[in-house]
Amino acid sequence: MSGVRVLVGTRKGAFALTSDGKRKRWKVSGPHFAGWEIYHVKGSPVDPNRLFASQTSAWFGQIIQRSDDGGKTWFQPGTPAGEPTTTPDGMPQGESNKFVYDGIPGSHQWYDGTQHPWEFKRVWHLEPSLTDPDTVYAGVEDAALFRTTNGGKSWHELSGLRKHDTGPKWQPGAGGMCLHTILLDPSNPQRMYIAISAAGAFRTDDGGKTWRPINRGLHSQYIPDPNAEVGHCVHRIAMHPSRPSTLFMQKHWDVMRTDDAGESWREVSGNLPTDFGFPIDVHAHEPETIYVVPIKSDSEHFPPDGKLRVFRSRAGGNEWETLTKGLPQRNCYVNVLRDAMSVDSLEPCGIYFGTTGGQVYASADAGDSWAPIVRDLPAVLSVEVQALP
Amino acid sequence: MIRVLLPPHLRTLARVDGEVQLDVEGPATQRSVLDALEANYPMLRGTVRDHVTQERRSLVRFFACGQDVSHEPPDAPLPAEVANGSEPFLVIGAIAGG
Repeated sequence: MSGVRVLVGTRKGAFALTSDGKRKRWKVSGPHFAGWEIYHVKGSPVDPNRLFASQTSAWFGQIIQRSDDGGKTWFQPGTPAGEPTTTPDGMPQGESNKFVYDGIPGSHQWYDGTQHPWEFKRVWHLEPSLTDPDTVYAGVEDAALFRTTNGGKSWHELSGLRKHDTGPKWQPGAGGMCLHTILLDPSNPQRMYIAISAAGAFRTDDGGKTWRPINRGLHSQYIPDPNAEVGHCVHRIAMHPSRPSTLFMQKHWDVMRTDDAGESWREVSGNLPTDFGFPIDVHAHEPETIYVVPIKSDSEHFPPDGKLRVFRSRAGGNEWETLTKGLPQRNCYVNVLRDAMSVDSLEPCGIYFGTTGGQVYASADAGDSWAPIVRDLPAVLSVEVQALP
Repeated sequence: MIRVLLPPHLRTLARVDGEVQLDVEGPATQRSVLDALEANYPMLRGTVRDHVTQERRSLVRFFACGQDVSHEPPDAPLPAEVANGSEPFLVIGAIAGG
């Protein structure tokens, strides 16, 4: 590997941070799409120079951007500048941002307990296919899963998820009713996992046609039945590609683990100072080494005691060690959001995370030590890293 | 020729500087102007009005000749000065947020 590229989505634009394999000296480019909220930027595993970005605005709605040259230039798929505005068969272009629910959208539970119609708001997460550079999955708010098979020119809902008979019981978390996690099983193209705040985790074994909740073992005191089938505020799920039936979850409270593809979960919070948090990730080469960033509580979204600490477990949970070298240990009151942590596949494994204070921290030694790549970006919404050939 | 002034973010998406000039078929109305805008700049579809309902996005406003015409019916005639090109049709991002 010759280097890495860290793709950072922020409240006011996207940034690309690049370095060689040593990961000590960094070049920062951006802001791209300045002034827009960039919820997520992610590259295709098949073609690392093909990037997809979710660009959103309360004013102007959703935009999907694509780059085919590693982020040097971007375009809205289907509408490159200077090209015809209709397809050869006369169909209008400009549908790369058209996310329309399949059929009658129906309703879900609102904050006050009433039913509320499904309304598309934005794309939270883009998950490119493991095998096809033109196929990408999009997790959206209000919660649904969409897919493109033409490189982002048009999107279609995999509506079996939203039409699950528990849909009316799903409810928004504080950040909205978002589908924020999409995990593709590298050993079984028919199997996917997704997670929704606040509905829980779901799995499909038929390529997205049908879904079922996989929340057994989750316990959430903030819903009327703490052991309900749905309603759990799952913040993030992570998987190591070599063990696709083992998942690690950071829930609203509790760090959880399953070893049977979500059939049952067990808590592995162990000695964490608090088990509230947002991101969770797995070491690229050690499937039992996992990382979380504990946050004080659901009502105080900052690190306990003003100390920014990453916790690492080399035992797949329960036993956690504190990682602080290079991280601020006083007066630090930032948060790390659910999509704002990523790992690279270099040796040793690199870990990256971004904060709501605009810092992006990197560790080139699997978390033993950290240094900021940048300190003063807008609030960081997402971090992805690519190892470049 | 209808002149349309877009907000900066939409000018960036459309890759234009300054005003956009559009040939509009038939009477100049919000609908006919936006139809022409989207036909010429398909990357703007969905950003000013909803893809499906064609309703104005809630934080987008339309001004013409010193008047807020956002709440006029989409097929109501725009002022003659807009229709004859002496005044622009302004698409505005509402003052909200930070």
